[in-house]
Formats: sequence, C-alpha cells, structure tokens
Amino acid sequence: MADAATTGPTIAVAPSRPGASTRALRNPGVIGGGVVMVLVVLIGLLAPWLGTIDPTAINPAARNRVPGAEFSIRTDTGERIKMVARFGTDSLGRDIYSRVVYGARVSLLVGVVVAVISITAGLFIGLLAGFFRWLDAVIMRIMDGLMAIPAILLAIAMVSLFRAGVFAVIAAIAVPEIPRVVRLVRSIVLGVREEPYVEAAVTLGTPTAKLIWRHVLPNTIAPLIVQGTFTCASAILVEAILSFLGIGVPPEVPTWGNIMAEGRQVFSLYPHNIIYPGIMLAATILAVNVLGDGLRDTLDPKMAKRV
Amino acid sequence: MTAPVLEISNLSVAIHGGGDRAHAVRGIDLTVGANEIVCVVGESGSGKSVTAQSVMGLLPKGLMSVERGSIRLQGEELTSKSDAELRAIRGQRMSMVFQEPMTALNPVERVGNQIAEVLEIHTDLDARGRRERVLEIMRAVHLPDPEHMIDAYPHQLSGGQRQRIMIAAALVLDPALLIADEPTTALDVTTQAQILSLIREMQGRKKTGVLFITHDFGVVSDIADRVVVMQLGRVVEQGPRDDVLRRPREPYTKMLMASVPSITPPKRAAVTGAVTLETRNLFKTYGKRSFFQPKARVTNAVSDVSLSVRRGETLGIVGESGSGKSTVARCVARLVDPSAGTIAVEGRDIAALSESQVRPLRRRVQIVFQDPYRSLNPRRTVGEAIIEGPMNYGLSRDDAVKRARQLMTTVHLSPDALERYPHQFSGGQRQRICIARALAMEPVLLIGDEPVSALDVSVQAQVLKLLDEVRQKFDLAVLFITHDLRIAAQVCDRLAVMQKGVIVEQGTTADVFANPQHPYTRALFEAAPGRHQEFGGG
Repeated sequence: MADAATTGPTIAVAPSRPGASTRALRNPGVIGGGVVMVLVVLIGLLAPWLGTIDPTAINPAARNRVPGAEFSIRTDTGERIKMVARFGTDSLGRDIYSRVVYGARVSLLVGVVVAVISITAGLFIGLLAGFFRWLDAVIMRIMDGLMAIPAILLAIAMVSLFRAGVFAVIAAIAVPEIPRVVRLVRSIVLGVREEPYVEAAVTLGTPTAKLIWRHVLPNTIAPLIVQGTFTCASAILVEAILSFLGIGVPPEVPTWGNIMAEGRQVFSLYPHNIIYPGIMLAATILAVNVLGDGLRDTLDPKMAKRV
Repeated sequence: MTAPVLEISNLSVAIHGGGDRAHAVRGIDLTVGANEIVCVVGESGSGKSVTAQSVMGLLPKGLMSVERGSIRLQGEELTSKSDAELRAIRGQRMSMVFQEPMTALNPVERVGNQIAEVLEIHTDLDARGRRERVLEIMRAVHLPDPEHMIDAYPHQLSGGQRQRIMIAAALVLDPALLIADEPTTALDVTTQAQILSLIREMQGRKKTGVLFITHDFGVVSDIADRVVVMQLGRVVEQGPRDDVLRRPREPYTKMLMASVPSITPPKRAAVTGAVTLETRNLFKTYGKRSFFQPKARVTNAVSDVSLSVRRGETLGIVGESGSGKSTVARCVARLVDPSAGTIAVEGRDIAALSESQVRPLRRRVQIVFQDPYRSLNPRRTVGEAIIEGPMNYGLSRDDAVKRARQLMTTVHLSPDALERYPHQFSGGQRQRICIARALAMEPVLLIGDEPVSALDVSVQAQVLKLLDEVRQKFDLAVLFITHDLRIAAQVCDRLAVMQKGVIVEQGTTADVFANPQHPYTRALFEAAPGRHQEFGGG
C-alpha cells in the first residue's frame, strides 16, 4: 500500500507530557494525605511490634490510669512486668495506647473494604444503567429505594438479625453507599457514551461488551478513584459512630469508636480515653479527604484544563 | 490624524508555570485609530485573544501577566492601573464582545437588566432613565420589538439576537474602543453577515475604534480597515486591508491566504462509477407521541431526504446548524436509527436492520468526526485505535498492525507513532489518525462530518488534500458534511443544500454555485464572508 506517491514527508510528533499519575504524585495534597495514610497503615500492620500489649487484656488493678502512669501486668507465661501506660488505661484497666494502635486495623479495614465494595458494585450497576436505556429506569428506582435507608438503621437491623461484627458493619455501611456511586457512574457513562470515540468504535463494529470494557470503563475510572477516597473517609467515620453508639463492632474489639464510647462516662475525669482515639480518627479522615482532593485536581478530566 | 484610541507598544505577556512557550505574546506593536476597524487575524496559539485580554486587563490570574511594554487607551497607560481603576474604565471607555453569546449572558437574568447593569455601575441614572437608554440602544442594534424583548430571558432569543444584546451592552456607554473576540464564530453564516454589518454600522455611529479578533480571512475582507497578522505571539505583518490581502509581503501571510479555499468551484468531470449509497425518502423524527404523552412535540430532524453517491464521487451536504445535515450522516452510519425510508449501501438496504444484523455491514461505511480532540479514546494508543476495527472483523493482530503501519504512511504520519497516545498529537494529526482508522476497515463509503471545521486554516488545507488523496487511491464514495461553502466548492462534485431537515436544492457543485435556484441557497451565498475577495487556494 505504501508506494512512492503516498510516502510523503512524515510529521513530527510532540514529545510526551507528564502523565496523570506523575502529576498526581507532585500534588501537595496527594503527598501530604498519602504520607499520613501510609503512616496509619503502617501503624495498623505493625501493631504487635510497636510496644503494645494485648488490647483486650483486662487489668482491674490498674483502672483509669492517666497517661504516663506505671502499671504492672501478668504476661502469658505468668511473670509480672511493669510498663508505662503511654495514653493511660480505661475503666477496665486496658491499655489505651495498645487499643488505639490496634484500632487502626479495624478502621482501615472498614474504610477500604467499604470503598472497594461500593465502588465495584456501583461501577457495575452504574455501567448497566448508563449504557442500556431499558435498564436505566428500573435500576435507578431500586437505587432510590436503597438510598432511603439510613446506614445507622440498617446497621441496627443487621446486628439484631446476625451476630454483631465487622462484616455486618461493613455491609451496613456499604449498602447505602452503593446508590451514590451508581448515580455518579451513570452520569459519567451517559456523557462518555455520546463521545465521538465511542461512536467511532460502534462504526468499527466493536461488540457491546468490548465497547464498554475498552472505551467506556477506562474513562469512568478517574472520578471513581476520587469518589473512592471520600467513601473510605466517610466509612471510617460511620464505623466510629456505629461503634460509639454500641451497634457496631462488639465492645471488646478495639476500634476508635469503641474506645471513645467506653471513655464517654468518665470523660470529665479522664479525657485521655477520648482524646487519643479522637486525634487518630480526625487525622486519618483529614488525610483521606486531602488525598482525595489532590487526586481530584489531577485526575478528574472535568477539573483538568483541556489543552 | 488624531491620537489613536488604542496604542500597544512592545507588549510581552509571559506565561507562568511551564507549557511549551514562555511568552503568549512577544514584543507586539499595534494601534487602533478612532473610527477604524483593525482585524487581528491568526491561527490558534497566535496570541490574538491574549492581546485582547491584556488590553481589557482580563489575563487569567496566576497564569499570565504583562511582562513589559505599554498599552495606552486614548493616551492613558493601562498596564500600571489597579484592578479598581480598570473596572471603572471597562464598560465605560472600552468594552468587549465575546465569542459565545449564550455563555456570555447570565441565563437567569432578563436581557434588559444585563444591559442596564452597565448603566447602573457607571452612571447615576435612575431606573426609568436606565430603561429609556436600554430601549434606545436596543433599537439602535435593530432588535425587533424592544419594549417586549427588554424583559426576555437569554434562552428566549436566537443566537444572533443574543449577540446583538451583547453588542448593545458593550456600546451603551459609547466607549472609545470595542474589542470583539471572534464575535461571529459561533453563528451561522447568514446571522454572521447581519452581525458584521451591525458592527460596521455601530462603529460608524460614534466613531468607535474596533479591535476585531478573528481567524477567518473572509470576515477580514468584509470588515477590516487595517489587518494585523499574528503568528506564535508575534506580529508578522500589518497594514491596510487591501495591501495585506491583495499584496501580502510575508511568506506566512501568503501561506495563510493560499490555504483559504477559493469560493469558485473548479471544473470537474462527472463521476460515472457504480452507485455506492442511495437513500430514499429518509425520515428521522424525534419525540414520539405515546400513550403517556399524547401531546409530545414531534420534530422532523430529517424529512424526505433522497440522495445518492457514486464510487469516487464526493457529495457535499451543506446547511446551517439545525439543518439536519449531521443527522443524515449519522443515519447513514447507523449511529441513529432512521424513522422511515431506505438506505442502500451497495444495493443492500440497511435502514431497518437490527444492531446485530447491521454489525457485519458496518465496515463498509466509516465516519470521520468534527472534533479531533474527542474522536480518539484518550486512554488507548493510536495503534490500538487503528487495529481495533480490523480485529473485530477477524484479522489477526500481526496483520492488523501491519495494515496500520501502512496506513500511517498513507496519512503522512510516522508508523512508529502508533505507540503514542492521542494527547501527543496536534488536531490535524489526530484527524489524520481518524482517517487512517476509518481506512483500516476498507470502507466503500467515507462520511466526513465537518471533518476540518475544528482545524486551523492551514491545517484544514492539508487534511482536505489528504482526504482527496485517499478518495482517489481507494476509489471511495465520500459524503461530506460542511457548513463552509468555500470548502464545499473545492471538495465536492455534487452538492445537496439542506434547510430545516429538507434538501432544498441538489445538483453539481458548478451548477449550484453558478446558478442557485432556491432562495435559501442564494441567501447562503450572499452571506458567505469575503465572497468578493479571491483567495489563493483552489
């Protein structure tokens, strides 16, 4: 095909510009939020090696100690050791420092799993609703119905139906979160579906499944990553609220919400019960939100200037 | 001669935060005298809009700033003025008309109030006095029934009427300088002609100096007293209109002028190949009356369109926005389902086929879209875009890549660029890639839906040349949708003129241009900008 007549001068192609991921990694919000998040994840993962003791160990002899007080505990092997309660102890004599450090595990688990579940389910349902007109009305009315259920009410129902536990909490938070993602995905898909490159793919005879997979889905992901971080932050917060209200994770499991609930009655005398988990919770949620804002500035095509 | 209204000398505007240029505008000099229209003409990236923004003090904050040079309005330096001082000057002594009249007007405010706002800020007229002045200026810009229209909202007005409102608001205080930034680019040609003559008239009324930004040499030849040609932030050439347009000195100006297609169609032999596409009585209606909505409004986007294209022939469909020309193209490509009629591609009717029946036939008809920035999936490489179609029809990956490499050569791009992503290409290059993607399917019919409308004039000429090359090389039938009569004259063998969904006139390009039958066709030709000016191309 390439004969002499058509082999004209070829045209120089512009050099590569920094990609979205590079730009994201230069954003101060992404860096700041990311660093704090990495720290919290490390704290959660490395909890046993951070000078903690069993966060559920009750020690009636050392109740309500203020931060910095010394107390002694009996180890599994039976010998007594002295240690410093860095963040004090609660009304059952449990070490608050250990509970806060272990609490990061539950909070992150809930945040990440809820984000993954709601984004995955929401993406799938939203793609269907956005792409197939005949499914749209049916799906969206179901989603409207789901949206009417408050997370707290659902959590109470799930906990009374099944055993209270992390997974009941995750389900209770994730279900009302899904319709929000579905709405977002649907609105993006409705726009992307009309893009000329999607129409071009139709005229290239691309089957519908491939059309969605190759052309619609990749252009829906960026805003979803952003939505995912906000969902994660809100899930961590809702989990803390549910635990605080006593309808979430069982009270012996260390979560930030449980620690605060436990310390509520003695707050005026021993504020450390609430302050330390509170600081961790606030810092984590702030970090996730700042990270999400930074990602939105760099990834969301609506925010980025079209060059 | 009296002192100029606007005097820009040695102006440089710096771009902050990287990009491929450090300066948007570099060391430019230009003047606008009283009662004079100066056209700044250039391609995208020439810095013409930045020049206008720096005069108004509207440079995007933090992104650009005036680095050196001076801007004097009636002898008064503007670059050293504070924001508050500039606000007092804007609207009163200089004002601006923008490209897009819908977005430049506030959609939830009555148009009369939007004009009156200027008076409220800069004068101490009371409400009655303001209303009087607004009515007066609305009459002056020839808006019909001003007493009624003064209380209308922008969406109730046509595009041309909105632009008249914008001009009225800009001129209500009789500023010494009017800056018009592509004020007619978003309008249809017939409306454009009216707005241009209005600007001429209003400018003569109070001897206003006008700085008119445009990319269209046709508009320049209709309206300019003097012309300033800009390229990459510098002034290439300036002078009186006839000097610049008839005797351009600089090679860049000559090249631009030569790129403007001539409005005189060349002689063409009739094409006698086999009929590739034939539509009969094609209809497309939107909004259906149903049991639930017995009074739904039904719009005929396309009604009773019958046309045919032969092998090796280019049929042009010309018309203004809303004429249904794109809908015809999308019906033929089966991107929308026609409501009635037949579409025969190589004798086989595809109008009523279901999606699964039509899929095997899709490769025969390919389409190139208007917007090169949205026609390619930003997350897939150019190579993946080109091989996608052939692989859908069973070609192996290796063979598809081989074909893609050959096609890249055909469209004059380096085959090695197949690994790149679309954002690394310019608009013209992307349109070449879209053409290669369409050709990879080995179509018999290629539809161009305004394929060069979003491109600069010099790039336009190159892409049109490429389209002509591939038409000859592959003996394609081409359906060419355009609003631009100059392009239609040069590209098309035959023309169909559409208005409100109906083909009002059809014939060979030479016949339609030499002897237009329908009044609408004649109106289109009358309105074509710069029709008395012969340009180099063609």
